[in-house]
Amino acid sequence: MLAVKAVLAQGIHVEGINFFTGFCVEGHTHAIRKRSAEKPKRNNALWVAEQLGIKLHIVDVIEPYKAVLLNPKHGYGANMNPCLDCKCFMVNRALLWMREHQFDFIITGEVIGQRPMSQRADTMPVVQKESGAGDLLLRPLCAKHLPPTIPEREGWVDREQLLNFSGRSRKPQKALAAEYGFTDYATPAGGCCFLTDESYSRKLKDMWQSRGERTYELDDIMLLKIGRHVRPRPHFKMIIGREEGENNFLEGYRKQFVHLRTMSHMGPLVLIDGVLNGDDLQLAAQIAARFGQGRDAPMVNIDAVMQDGSLHQLQVKPMAAEQIPQEWYL
Amino acid sequence: MVSLNRQHLDARRLLCPMPVIRTQDKAKLMQAGDQLEVLCTDPGALYDIPAWCRINGHKVLSTAQAQGEIRIVIELGPLS
Repeated sequence: MLAVKAVLAQGIHVEGINFFTGFCVEGHTHAIRKRSAEKPKRNNALWVAEQLGIKLHIVDVIEPYKAVLLNPKHGYGANMNPCLDCKCFMVNRALLWMREHQFDFIITGEVIGQRPMSQRADTMPVVQKESGAGDLLLRPLCAKHLPPTIPEREGWVDREQLLNFSGRSRKPQKALAAEYGFTDYATPAGGCCFLTDESYSRKLKDMWQSRGERTYELDDIMLLKIGRHVRPRPHFKMIIGREEGENNFLEGYRKQFVHLRTMSHMGPLVLIDGVLNGDDLQLAAQIAARFGQGRDAPMVNIDAVMQDGSLHQLQVKPMAAEQIPQEWYL
Repeated sequence: MVSLNRQHLDARRLLCPMPVIRTQDKAKLMQAGDQLEVLCTDPGALYDIPAWCRINGHKVLSTAQAQGEIRIVIELGPLS
């Protein structure tokens, strides 16, 4: 937001690009969950573009991003976040877009020293090199700490009006935001990617381990964002809606999964991911009953619909909280 | 008489920003003045699609929400 404003202030036409990898933390998870109703449901990229008065192009990179996540040349951060490879990928995509649409250079909001992987003095040149953008990549917020880029050398941008931010502190950014009159801004400390989230990363690794292969489709990674995930057996896990909004969302997937509903009490919709053997359906029903309002009832009626559409009606004793080992929770 | 070109987009079950992306991509294949009716289930679309319209010069003609589905009709402005 600040980087764009700094360049707009020089009378330069800027348009935004927002890449959707499938792992973006956006308003949608808040939108699904009813308990988050008070949180803004806005898409931050759209909101920022509107504040700045610029056009925004949202680009679906779900498919090409798979190669970045599955085989990051520079490895992962603390969780499943391939930050440096991701940055190289996105700047490269921006470069392709720039050429296709006859724009002249790329700007990003990076600040040298701000982030531990992709915004270090030694990794920022890697982004320039591996993205192919080279000196067409301008970082207005820390430009004065970096060698002049083509837009500066050619006089398209006045280097003197660019900034010299560095380090992890965001005080200078906040001061500049105030100067520009911004009273609200999005994700000032990053955290816009589920891959940086420990719990999400654990669920992703569990999914790959249980399938025996590191692949995914969009539905897979969406479902990892929703519900309580419980794996009572290596060959199946349960995705349990935590409230009405999540249940509604899971409804859309029920035909692709064996699913359970509590019939005698209010309860969650539960999807079963995997294969049920022997007594597994009974076990799953007991766990499902635990998360409904019948958790303290002596018996609960559960309907299980198999993928062939056949209905199994079960009456089970809900599993007590202490009977569910902590390691079953993903 | 000018015939109205109205197209439909089914973006149900998609989470934002996918309904916006699909709307944006569909709009690229249409003409200024055409109408696009988008059907979604993500409540976030009620905020995001109008925001996308505002920043890109399109007009929201109507929004309606019933039985968990959202219907948004937009009229396309000049396309760039």
